[in-house]
Amino acid sequence: MPKVLRAVKMDQCIACMGCMLTCARVRYQSFSVERSAIRVRTAGGFQSQMIADICMGCDPPPCAEVCMSGALTPRAGGGVKFNRDACFACEKCVAACPVGVITMDNELHIPIICVECGSCARHCPYECLEMVEVETKDYVKEEERMARDVEEEKNAG
Amino acid sequence: MLGRNYIKVLYIDLTTRKIKIERREDLMEYIGGSGVAMKLFSELVKIDQDPLDPDQPIIFAIGPMNTIFPVVTKTAAVFRSPLTGNLGESHAGGRLAMAMRFSGYDAVVITGRASSPVYIAITEGSVDIKEAGFIWGERVERTGKVLRDRETHIGSGKRSIIRIGKAGEKMIRFAGVNVDTYRHFGRLGLGAVFGSKRLKAIVIGGNRSYPILKPKEYNKVYNKIHKIATESGAMKKYHEIGTPINVVPLNEAGGLPTKNLTQTKFELANEIDGVSFAEDLLLRKLSCSGCPTGCIHIGLLRIEYGPGYKTKFTGVGYDYELIFALGSMIGVGDKKGVLRLIDAVEEYGLDAMSTGVILAWITEMFKKGLLTEDQLGLKVDFGDTEAYLEIIANIVKRPNTFYRDVGMGLAKLAEKYGGKDFAMVLGKHEMTGYHTGYGAMIGQSVGARHSHLDNAGYALDQTMDKLDKREMVRKLIEEEIDRCMLTSLHICLFARKIYGDKELVCEALDSIGIKATPKSLTDMGEKVWRLKNEMKKKMGFDFRELRFPKRFFETKSLNGILDTDTAKEIVDIYVKEGGL
Ligand code: SF4
Ligand code: SF4
Ligand code: SF4
Repeated sequence: MPKVLRAVKMDQCIACMGCMLTCARVRYQSFSVERSAIRVRTAGGFQSQMIADICMGCDPPPCAEVCMSGALTPRAGGGVKFNRDACFACEKCVAACPVGVITMDNELHIPIICVECGSCARHCPYECLEMVEVETKDYVKEEERMARDVEEEKNAG
Repeated sequence: MLGRNYIKVLYIDLTTRKIKIERREDLMEYIGGSGVAMKLFSELVKIDQDPLDPDQPIIFAIGPMNTIFPVVTKTAAVFRSPLTGNLGESHAGGRLAMAMRFSGYDAVVITGRASSPVYIAITEGSVDIKEAGFIWGERVERTGKVLRDRETHIGSGKRSIIRIGKAGEKMIRFAGVNVDTYRHFGRLGLGAVFGSKRLKAIVIGGNRSYPILKPKEYNKVYNKIHKIATESGAMKKYHEIGTPINVVPLNEAGGLPTKNLTQTKFELANEIDGVSFAEDLLLRKLSCSGCPTGCIHIGLLRIEYGPGYKTKFTGVGYDYELIFALGSMIGVGDKKGVLRLIDAVEEYGLDAMSTGVILAWITEMFKKGLLTEDQLGLKVDFGDTEAYLEIIANIVKRPNTFYRDVGMGLAKLAEKYGGKDFAMVLGKHEMTGYHTGYGAMIGQSVGARHSHLDNAGYALDQTMDKLDKREMVRKLIEEEIDRCMLTSLHICLFARKIYGDKELVCEALDSIGIKATPKSLTDMGEKVWRLKNEMKKKMGFDFRELRFPKRFFETKSLNGILDTDTAKEIVDIYVKEGGL
């Protein structure tokens, strides 16, 4: 199963911002903290704990559902794939994301969106971020599977 | 810089409330940080006017590598020091360099005096000078909280909030500026200069992005440096126990200034050592933006404030210098006491080192009967945390003439009240945590900003086998020039082991489009160093007027007893060798 990004241990975060700088560097060839699909911030100053705003790796992903151009498509294992050429910057995905992690880049005219590449996690010196395999969130498939199990049990019985 | 061939300077005049933006190609030869700030300072300083005159400038500058290479995290502040009357330069980490980078300004210059208290909010598209009457008088931490909630348009995580406390507002000459809660422009009184401009705080940040022009080259050297920083052990000391790892070794070797340097060994050193802090009270570690090290050690301070276990807690940042100044130097040998004192100093925005050294002098003066209980408002002896907390509060409250005079700094204080022989200042600046030998003492005296970090003389003392005066001078100069170079790029000095490799620095610069050679870097460092010394002379500094308090020669250093003649001789050689 492909993995998705999880901010598993943000209580270990040292606020180095390495993850944000990495996302911008690797994905957008930019020096930036704005062009990053992960955002690390304090919950209220450095005396508080750190929080990471990241893509939830939805399955199915609401952002892809509203995407009319095919720029965003569901990715196996959760989250989305992004095809830059197909994107016409309509911003529908920004509104659709339930956790509000998609931002529009006004210079590049594309959404800054996580594609679950894991670069940020690889550069985190404190193992706060991790690529993990998650169980499917697709309740339709899940219900079908449970129904199958029941069926199989019956047949076996 | 960064993809452009100029330094973008933002000038803010608080008197007229107008700004000016300049793109200065001519500043490129100073690269950034210390160098650029010094050059701007040399153009703007008012030699004949008081350091707290409204016309004096405050200059902040970053370098081309800031934030985009690991451990390149610092910002330089240059100003005229109200403490020494001469060159003021202080460096701070935190989030400031990153915030400046993405605001688009390489340097920010502030002059003038606002008609009423203000703070400045800077982003890439706006500069606002806003009223700060409602936070004037507020504690440092509270000021940060209020501004965090107000200035939400610069996203959380991307802005830096630098601010002063009451000490700065009252222009106490050793008031610092707090940067993002746990970092500081501590030394030489930048806080007082803020106060003199009625400037409470600056909130800066931005959302600018810069294209990476040569991604292949850049990623290659970035990854190489990142690997060294995280895997080689080069940063291990700073990350694990942190700078307080020095307490015990320095104490054992007999170089830890204790009880106003009447001793260099502290019987309670083990209690306030880095290991002891780490094991008992370490709460977490933090990093400056763009650094994977996590050297900022936060200790848990738990306070029982009333009967029935009424308890509160806070996180207090600690480091070697603070443990020296608010620990051994004043005979406080328990961690909680040290943290409480650090917390008090933080609340008011005082420089911890200057404060500690002044407290030590006050204690000895009182014990010798040269200061009265009347003047102090209490009795004090080494190790008395409660008394020290009260004195710190009084330094800021200023209930009488004596406390008002304390606000002028130790050099002036001893001038008036006596006790010069044990007023531990070097170059009019309160001493730092090393009595290791001539290197430390003279290094701080001749260093351009009278900081132990100018030339690390204390390290020389610990590595040189036997005293060779000429060799010592050569090494001090070489080190200071090297550090002028590092702080112009504004690399954190903790990363010397990584960036000491000048070829690597050149490779990094090349990947972002800046041509340099090891030789050109050293030349630039020397130029900055010379400029500093030239400016100091203009502002009245004279090597021949350097005085060393007698105590330095009475108490055994790590290298034994020092003598005045040798010290003078080394200074003479320094002046000659340096062509100063
Ligand atoms: S961007 Fe938002 S909607 Fe899309 S997969 Fe991530 S969390 Fe879900
Ligand atoms: S997984 Fe990749 S795209 Fe997503 S936030 Fe991390 S670096 Fe950016
Ligand atoms: S890389 Fe890790 S430690 Fe650094 S800010 Fe991101 S989550 Fe925190």
